[in-house]
Amino acid sequence: MAPVLTFFGVFAVLPMVLVVYLSFTDWDGFGFPSLSGGGNWSRALQDPEVGRSLVLTLVFMVLGWVVQTPIAMMIGVWAAGRQRNRAVLSSIFFLPVLLSTAAIALLWSAVLDGNFGLTQQLPFLDRFSFLGDQSLVIYTVAWVLTWQYVPFHTLLYQSAARGIPVSIYEAATIDGAGRYKQFFRITLPLLRYTLITSTVLMLVGSVTTFDTILLLTNGGPGTSTRIAPLYMYITGFGAFEFGYASAIAVILLVLGAGLSLAVTRLTGFRKMSSQQEGS
Amino acid sequence: MSPRRLTKVAVSATTLALLGSMAACGSDNTAGGSGGGEGGGTADVWALQDTTLNPIEEASIQRYNDGDGPGSVKLSTFGNDPYKQRLRTAINSPQAPDVFFNWGGGSLKEYVDAGKIEDLTPILDADPALRDAFLPSVLAGAEIDGKQYGLPMRGVQPVLMYGNKEVLTANGIDGMPATWDELLADVATLKAAGLTTPIALAGSQSWTELMWAEYLLDRVAGPEVFQAIRDGEGQGWNDPAVLEAMTMLKQLIDAGAFGTANDFSATEYDAGGTTQLLANGDAAFHLMGSWEFTNQKGTNPDFVSAGNLLYAPFPAVEGGAGDPSNLVGNVSNFYSVTSASPNKQAALEYVKTQLNNPDYVSELIAAGDVMPIAGAREQLAATEDGDYLTTVYDLTENASNFQLSWDQDLSADEATKMLTELSNLFLGVQTPEGFVAAMAG
Repeated sequence: MAPVLTFFGVFAVLPMVLVVYLSFTDWDGFGFPSLSGGGNWSRALQDPEVGRSLVLTLVFMVLGWVVQTPIAMMIGVWAAGRQRNRAVLSSIFFLPVLLSTAAIALLWSAVLDGNFGLTQQLPFLDRFSFLGDQSLVIYTVAWVLTWQYVPFHTLLYQSAARGIPVSIYEAATIDGAGRYKQFFRITLPLLRYTLITSTVLMLVGSVTTFDTILLLTNGGPGTSTRIAPLYMYITGFGAFEFGYASAIAVILLVLGAGLSLAVTRLTGFRKMSSQQEGS
Repeated sequence: MSPRRLTKVAVSATTLALLGSMAACGSDNTAGGSGGGEGGGTADVWALQDTTLNPIEEASIQRYNDGDGPGSVKLSTFGNDPYKQRLRTAINSPQAPDVFFNWGGGSLKEYVDAGKIEDLTPILDADPALRDAFLPSVLAGAEIDGKQYGLPMRGVQPVLMYGNKEVLTANGIDGMPATWDELLADVATLKAAGLTTPIALAGSQSWTELMWAEYLLDRVAGPEVFQAIRDGEGQGWNDPAVLEAMTMLKQLIDAGAFGTANDFSATEYDAGGTTQLLANGDAAFHLMGSWEFTNQKGTNPDFVSAGNLLYAPFPAVEGGAGDPSNLVGNVSNFYSVTSASPNKQAALEYVKTQLNNPDYVSELIAAGDVMPIAGAREQLAATEDGDYLTTVYDLTENASNFQLSWDQDLSADEATKMLTELSNLFLGVQTPEGFVAAMAG
């Protein structure tokens, strides 16, 4: 246990303690942080940008979950089949997993560019400014994030679906259950824990990752896509207000930890038991 | 191995690995740390990665090392984006550079206020010829509280107005606008002729929007209003001239000069967006730093060689208090010496002797830099783009004031806030009054 605890202490607990400490200081990167009491916290409570960016984070979180989960599950279950054509198609479909975030962001900004992008050469699509329209851009970003992350979650569902014993389906077929009944009565309940894992990853991911948005829109136009983690980054490494950025980081830390606890608790994930035969 | 012993081994291995990685972080810049102040050490010069400039900088360092100055010098280069973060963290550590590249102005002032920068005034006082070697308006870019904290190490980059001659001629417009009213009239003419974006604007990068605010405030009220804002004096952002300038800007935006928000808000400069819009004739004007000429020449050589790329200073505002000869932009880049440098003698000697070295200057001029060196005009005139380069040189030499870009001259937190509010003003979700209130608050 001790080596694990050492690693956990140095790489997980210590940074968290430090960020909480920093949130009570003023620090512009020079010299040592000076204590500022609750200054950063009262500012965070009054800063409309904090509330706005948190709401936006939640919008992306919900939008991401609602769109990505069904797609990832359907493709995952489909790809779990052993047919050769499925193997070929799914390996093509998993390509985004192999691309770096920077490559994905640059690719899509080239495709969607309002002046010289691919979409400007196509009929109908050329009337939209995908990255420039302040309301449309939210859906554009959600689309790119879906494209980026669905393959990963698909992998989760695929491997889980492959773990379901064929004998259950055979028994169901003998009992006269059709395809849809089999999906909703067998596959879906047995994928329950994968669904929870995938959900926790998506929820926590949306309060911590901002790299795609940073490179695709840089939070713009204006602040239309400036989600809370990106606001934290801009405050810390653009404005060099490390104390205030740490206060935002603590809010995100609490939010992320709370969400994953809530999901695991509400779904009974902690009382995890195998639902499969023979184990 | 007993479990307990295994634990101990694991812990010490972890500690070792951590120490090792820290040491590794430092090792690339520790060069002359042991040299001491006796002049025997190697001073570390930090600059940006740049395929054109780096060989010239290397050659300059080689010249110093071949000479008989104290100690020696070496070059370390960094990518543009991580540079500022890296400098800020390194400056407190033993791995701090001895000489470092910077933009002067307020961003340098933060380091000066933290006591990190060596005052170069005594060197200039002792050697008036060195002071006279640089153009005064440029030298002022690294002057803080009356003291000189850096010397120019490359060309000047004022912001100029660029135009597409074909588009202007086709719409009966004769040359670049000399006054703000002429600009408004030209925009109206072009809009009426069906040009959606008379002025190209890279709205996804709000420093391009900032150029408009910088020039307008300067033309309306002169450089003093911004200087008071920067120094935290007087009315600051509440000065009525700020509101006046922002209102004029708002009029231009509302007139559709940049197209609609959907048109410009995702357009980029770095990716070549606005450069291409101007060359294609999708826009008639473009306000940009003097590097735009090099970019146009690189991407649209025919457009430039046909003489269709026009350039002029920013229009004057009639009745405004600002001198129309004033410039804004990147004054230059500077080399500053860190006050805690263990190799200060070599660092100071390098900065003192090599930046106005004739070879260094002519190599930079050949690379397209307008060097802020007194007497560089003849050399500039002799180059392929002599007309353009001498225009930039003359504008700089004759400028009453050369204001550094606001985002470099303000502290980082205020600059970040200003860019956000400004981009909201362009998008129409912020009013001029709201901008002033947000910045003053």
